[in-house]
Amino acid sequence: MAQERQGKQPSPRDRSGEAERIDVRKADEGHMEKVDDLLDEIDSVLEENAEEFVKNYVQKGGQ
Amino acid sequence: MALPSVIGTETEFGIAVPGHPDYSPTLASSHVVNSYQGGRVRVQWSYEEETPGADARGAGYESYGPAEADPGLINVVLSNGARFYVDHAHPEYSSPECADPRQAALYDKAGERVAAAAAAAARGAMPSGGELRIHKNNSDGKGNSYGYHENYLVSRDLPFAELIRFSATWLVTRQIFTGSGKIGSENGRPPVDYQLTQRADFFEEAVGLETTLKRPIVNTRDEPHADASKYRRFHVIIGDANMSEVQTFLKLGATALFLSAVEDGALPDDLQLADPVEAAWRVSHDLSLNRPLRLEEGGGATALELQRQYYEWLSKYAEREFPEPVWSQTLEEWGAVLDDLETDPARTADRLDWAAKYRLVDGYRLRDGLSRDHPRTAMVALQYHDVDRGRGLAYRLEERGDLRRMFTDEEVERAAAVPPSETRAFFRGGCVERFAESLLAANWDSLLFDVGEENLKRVSMMEPRRGTKDLVGGLLESCRLPEDLIRALDE
Repeated sequence: MAQERQGKQPSPRDRSGEAERIDVRKADEGHMEKVDDLLDEIDSVLEENAEEFVKNYVQKGGQ
Repeated sequence: MALPSVIGTETEFGIAVPGHPDYSPTLASSHVVNSYQGGRVRVQWSYEEETPGADARGAGYESYGPAEADPGLINVVLSNGARFYVDHAHPEYSSPECADPRQAALYDKAGERVAAAAAAAARGAMPSGGELRIHKNNSDGKGNSYGYHENYLVSRDLPFAELIRFSATWLVTRQIFTGSGKIGSENGRPPVDYQLTQRADFFEEAVGLETTLKRPIVNTRDEPHADASKYRRFHVIIGDANMSEVQTFLKLGATALFLSAVEDGALPDDLQLADPVEAAWRVSHDLSLNRPLRLEEGGGATALELQRQYYEWLSKYAEREFPEPVWSQTLEEWGAVLDDLETDPARTADRLDWAAKYRLVDGYRLRDGLSRDHPRTAMVALQYHDVDRGRGLAYRLEERGDLRRMFTDEEVERAAAVPPSETRAFFRGGCVERFAESLLAANWDSLLFDVGEENLKRVSMMEPRRGTKDLVGGLLESCRLPEDLIRALDE
């Protein structure tokens, strides 16, 4: 089914030419200082072994 | 006129034991649930009265097999009226029945505090270091999803076919404000950098009974947990668990209004989509919010345009039928979100998880020149959902005032301990608080007591809007022993 889905062309009504996604960066330009501050805060609490953690993060048996 | 729905939510939490990837998640979940030190009683969950295979369409029966075949699985009923238990390989919190969407959002949030406190208390039972991580999310990014379910009490008078006919489009289009955001796609859907929801990729049928395979947009489980001659429970499985309090409120409030309007026949059109299953992931994958979905009657409309139409109909309906402030607040939040999504979706980063997380993930990624699939990028996205107050990035945003709140910490902590006053959860929670030692088994619609007599005593609670503080508060106060309560109820 995955292959079928991927092979499907967008419907003619799709305005495929338009922007794919919102530009959050643009909206953030005015608040870069605040954002930098926030990113520093993330650094201080982010899981140390991110690579191992993400690699091992498997959640089976869910509804 | 439809009564306002009784609402409850179920959260299956992600669980991880850092440094011990082979540690059984079922065992870890058991330790978590069993270690919770708040008001609680461990009970037998009386499955013999549940009928998870009953189909609201009226025909057919798909058996699930015994839900509790594994004796290691643990059930706890909390003093706030919730159920906290191990569902397969996840800790799950099922909120108490709530009288309105604001209360339901509060008790949904209380589930995070319960899970976090339980995880902290479980450290001693865990391997060296005792570290545990609990996430309120719905996908591991590797093709596995776990649920967040919403439950709405509706009248049995409403033919189920009507509910099916109307609700697929609602559930698909509301994703623009219900999603918690996800990097990439899963389950064989077309590749995408980032999408609005965690769950959409996993929905493969329009209508059905399943919850784990071939998940349907409209779930037909007919298990009202109440008087089945009067009620249905509309079981929504296509929502994401949200960290944002405002978003949870909006999701539940708008959906409750929608269901009441369907009950009252107040929607002029079903806005049927030509292909709801394809539309489900297409809406989620479209961060531009401007791609039209094909309608069955021809033509197309975007999810946002369809939501606008619902808003127009439902705001008139609600102003007429539901004057209480909680519903005008629902309409206010809903209208504002639709306005902001139309003009500049980034504005919703103060209340929608998908936008807040996108901003966080992209800011972090761009600062360090990381790819979207870099482990540290993925870690930021994952840690947004961590329910530990110190680690959870959504909480960091809340503390900075970047993510709006509806409740104080005190209100959430109280809700983790004290039941809602306006539903039968009040009676259940009160019995946990007072008569824990005699409470043998529980279910949503009954409690089973052992008061030392020959027969066990079952107290039935088939009316979700009874068992309230007004109706049984005095009675509970006056009973010192559980046998006093049983005697009083017998009279």
